[in-house]
Amino acid sequence: MNQLASSYRIRIETRLDNPGWTRVVSSILGVILALVVGGFVLRAAGATDPIGTYQEIFKEGFGTPADWQAGVTALLTNTDCPKGLLCFGPLSDTLVKTSPILLTALACILAFRMKLWNIGADGQMFMGAWAATAVAIFIFPPGTDRVLMLGVMALAGILAGFIYGAIPGFLKARLNINEIIITLMLNYIAYKWLEYFVVVGPWSIGDFESTGRFPVSATWPRLTEAAKSIPALSGLTAHPGIFLGIIAAIVLAWIFKRSRWGYEIRVIGNNPKAARYAGISLARNTLLVMGVSGALAGLAGMNEVAALRELNGRFQRGLGFTGVIIAWLARLNPLAAILVAFLFGGLLVGTQLIQPQGIASMLQGVILFVVVGTELLFRYRIRFEKIERVAIAPEALHDG
Amino acid sequence: MTEAINAIEMHSIVKRFPGVVANDHVDFACQVGEVHALLGENGAGKSTLMNVLAGMYRPEAGEILVSGKRVVLHSPQEAIAHGIGMVHQHFMLVPPHSVAENIVLGLNQPRFLLNLSHIEEQVAALSEQYGLSVNPRAKIWELSVGEQQRVEVLKMLYRGAKVLILDEPTAVLTPQEVEVLFHTLRDMTKRGHSIVFISHKLDEVVAIADRVTVLRRGKVTAANVPAKGTTKAQLAQLMVGREVLFQVDKKKAQPGDVVLAVEGLCADNDRSLPALRNVSLQVRAGEIVGVAGVAGNGQRELAEALTGLRRPTAGKMTLGKIALDRHTQWLKLGQQLAHIPEDRAVFGSVAELSVAENLILKRFYRPPISSGWSINASAVRQNADRLVVQYQIATPTIETPVRMLSGGNLQKVILARETSERPYLMVAVHPTRGLDIGATESVHKLLIEQRDADTGILLISEDLDELLSLSDRLIVLYEGQIAGEMPAEGADIHTIGLMMAGAKADA
Ligand SMILES: Nc1ncnc2c1ncn2[C@@H]1O[C@H](COP(=O)(O)OP(=O)(O)OP(=O)(O)O)[C@@H](O)[C@H]1O
Ligand SMILES: [Mg+2]
Repeated sequence: MNQLASSYRIRIETRLDNPGWTRVVSSILGVILALVVGGFVLRAAGATDPIGTYQEIFKEGFGTPADWQAGVTALLTNTDCPKGLLCFGPLSDTLVKTSPILLTALACILAFRMKLWNIGADGQMFMGAWAATAVAIFIFPPGTDRVLMLGVMALAGILAGFIYGAIPGFLKARLNINEIIITLMLNYIAYKWLEYFVVVGPWSIGDFESTGRFPVSATWPRLTEAAKSIPALSGLTAHPGIFLGIIAAIVLAWIFKRSRWGYEIRVIGNNPKAARYAGISLARNTLLVMGVSGALAGLAGMNEVAALRELNGRFQRGLGFTGVIIAWLARLNPLAAILVAFLFGGLLVGTQLIQPQGIASMLQGVILFVVVGTELLFRYRIRFEKIERVAIAPEALHDG
Repeated sequence: MTEAINAIEMHSIVKRFPGVVANDHVDFACQVGEVHALLGENGAGKSTLMNVLAGMYRPEAGEILVSGKRVVLHSPQEAIAHGIGMVHQHFMLVPPHSVAENIVLGLNQPRFLLNLSHIEEQVAALSEQYGLSVNPRAKIWELSVGEQQRVEVLKMLYRGAKVLILDEPTAVLTPQEVEVLFHTLRDMTKRGHSIVFISHKLDEVVAIADRVTVLRRGKVTAANVPAKGTTKAQLAQLMVGREVLFQVDKKKAQPGDVVLAVEGLCADNDRSLPALRNVSLQVRAGEIVGVAGVAGNGQRELAEALTGLRRPTAGKMTLGKIALDRHTQWLKLGQQLAHIPEDRAVFGSVAELSVAENLILKRFYRPPISSGWSINASAVRQNADRLVVQYQIATPTIETPVRMLSGGNLQKVILARETSERPYLMVAVHPTRGLDIGATESVHKLLIEQRDADTGILLISEDLDELLSLSDRLIVLYEGQIAGEMPAEGADIHTIGLMMAGAKADA
C-alpha cells in the first residue's frame, strides 16, 4: 500500500452555494490584502516603515485609546480636555468626512442593486452643493431660521441631484443609452459648472475663488458651539449631518427589505425579463432609481457645503468615486455601508498629512481591486487533495 | 464473468447540496452497446448523478469505473478523455458561431491554428456516418432546436465519446425529430456506443431503452430492469411508488361568456419577421382551447402577444370586458391574467429570489401582500406556507432561492402562483415540459380544475396526447396562421398531423 506516499494537488472548483459569510470574509480579506499590497507600494515610494505609516494613519484618523480616555474623563468631570484637540479631534474630523461619503455610497448602492452603474455620484454631489449654496446665499436672507434654512438647502440639494441623476436615467430608459458613459461625462460638466460659478463667475467674491462665508443659519451647528457649557467639546467640528446618512441608510435598508419599490428593484436587478412578465415597469424604475440615487448624492453635496461653510474652488472631487468603493466593499448593504464609510472617513482624514500625498487614493484603488478580485475567488473553492483520495471500496483495495 | 461488459460503473456515489442529499450511495452501470434509461421524479437526482459521471460535479464519496478501471474525473475535459460525453438539457452552444466552430470550441487539439475547412470535412463525415444531418457551416442561431441538439451530439462524437449521456433530449423535440434521434441512437449502439437516456416520457423509454434504472429521492429503487416486457404503468409505479392514471378524468365542458376574443392579430418575431398573420380566435369561460403546431409556427409570439410581452403589429383583442388595440398600455396585461410561460427560468421566476418572494411576483403590489408602500412580511410568509403545502412544492425552506429547485418544483412554484387566484383567463405554454409523470398528472388535474372553476384556458403545447386529452377545442397553427379548428373530442390525429405540416383542412 503506497497510500501514505501520495502527493497533493490543488483543485479549483466552482462553488455551488454562496453563503453570506463568504461576502463578509472577502471584504475583510480584501482590506487586509490591500493593506499588505499598499505597504509594498509605500515602501517603493520611499517609506521605510510601512507599518509605522499605517499606525500613523490610524492615529490621525481615529486617535488613540489613551486620548479617548482623557477625553471621556474631561467630559465626565466637565473640564477642558488635557490634550486639547487631540482627544476627540481625529474622531470628530472623521465623522465630518464620513457624512458625504456615506451618502454617495448609498447613492451607488441604490443604483447598483438594479444593475444601473451610476458612477456620476461625484457630479450629482457637485450639483447638490451648488443648489444648496444658491439657497444659502441668494434666496434666503441671512437672518432666516437655521432649521428652515438647512431644511430648504437640503431639499435644494436633493432636487438638483435628482434632476442630474434622472438625466442619464431618462436617456437609459428611453433611448437605451449606456448610463456609465453619460454619468461619467456629466461629472466633468458638473466640475466645470461649479468652477464657472465660484472661480471665474458670478459667485466669486473678489479674487478669493469663493462665495465667502455663509450666514450662520446656513451652516451645520458644530460641537464646538457647545464648548461654553461643555469645555471638552471645544474645537470639535463634528456636526449632525452624519445623521442624514445614517437615517438614509436605515430607510434604504427598509426599502430593499420591506417595500414594494425595493422588491421591484430586486426583481429587475436579478431578471429584467421576469420583471416585464410581472408587469413591473423598467423605464419608470430606471428613471426613478437614477433620480433618487442622484438625490442622495445631491444631499451629500449640501451636507458638505453646510460643513465647509462656504463654496470655493477647492471643493473636493472624488468623494463620489469613494462612494463606489464603499458600496462595493459593503456588498451593496446599506447598513454595512455605515461602518465602511466610517473606516474610509478615517482613512481620508488619516492620510491628509502623510507623505507621499495620494496614499488615500492609492489605497482605495488597491482595496477596490483586491475586493473585486477576492469576490471572484469566492465563486470558486480551492481544494487540496491527495491524488489518491477517492473513498475506495474495500474490494478495490484488495485487487490493487 | 458477467454476460456483458460494463462501459461505465458508478459505485456508492454520494453528492450533497445545501439541504439535500441529491445522490445517496447510488450504484449505476451501463453496458457497452445498450441504451440505459435513467428514470425518476423531478429532483430525484438524475441530472446530478450524470453530472458526476460527466466530470461536472465531484462526489463526496464513491467511485467511477470506466471499462473496469477506476478513474477520478475533475472536469468535463477529463471525462471526455475517458470517452464520457454529456448533452445537457440546456445546450451549451455559442449562437453566432458556426457548427464546426462550436464543435472544436474548448478543445485543446488545434492549439493555435484552426484548420476550419478540415474540421468541416470531418464533421460532415461524422454526420454522414451517424445520420445526423446538419450543415457544418451553418450558424447556430439559424438552426432549429432539434438541429442544435444534433450539433451537441456531434460535438461529443467528435471528441470521441463512447458513452453518451442525454439529459431529457426529447423534451424540446417534435415527434418527427424524436424519431430521427432514436434512429441515430440505435445506430450508435450498433457501433458499440453506450447511451444513458434521461426522460420523463415513458412511451419513449419503452420504445428505446434496453434497461432501466429508477431513482427516487436520491436512492436507487430499481436497477437494471429490462425494458422489454415492462409496461408504462409498471415503470410509473416504480418511479412514484403508487399507481398513476394516464387518462385525465374530466366532465364535459360548460363554456360560458367569451373571456378572450382576438381579431386579426399580427405580430413579428424577434428577428422582426412576421410570425403571426391575421389570427382570430375566441376562448370562453370554462373551456380549454388547445393550440397545436410544430414548434416555431407562431405559438410563442401568440402567447407573448396575449400576455403583454410582445406588442402586436395589428389586430384587436378583448380581454374580459377590456378592449385593447396595439396603442393601448400592454405592459400591465400580464398582471390581469394567469400566464405559465414557455421558459420558466427566463420569464417565470427570479433565480436569486426565494420561493416566498417568487410566489408573490404577480401580486406583490396589492393587498394583502402589500399595504401602501410596504410589503407585509408575514403575509408573504403565510402565502408561501399555504401554497407550498397546497401544491406540494418540495423545497428545503420557503427562504431557499428558487435556482436550487429542480425543474419540476420550479414549475410548481409558477403554477401555484398563477392558478391560486382563480384567474378568468389563463395562457399555459408547455405547462408540463420537463415534468415527471406525477407532476404532469397533478398539472393536468389543476388545469381541469381551473376550467371547471370557469377559467378560460388557452393551452399551447407540442404534445398532441396532452392536447387531445385536455382540450375541449383544438386550433392548429401553421406558419403564423390558423390552419384549422375542431372539437377535440373525436379529433383525428392523422388529420391534425397533416394540418400541422401545412395541408389545408378539407372543408
Ligand atoms: N446546483 C445545485 N445547488 C443546490 N441544489 C441542487 C443543485 N442541483 C440540484 N440540486 C438539488 O438536488 C436535487 C436533485 O436535483 P437534480 O437536478 O439532480 O434532479 P433531477 O432528477 O434531474 O430532476 P428533474 O427531473 O426535475 O430534472 C434536487 O433536490 C435539487 O434541488
Ligand atoms: Mg434534471
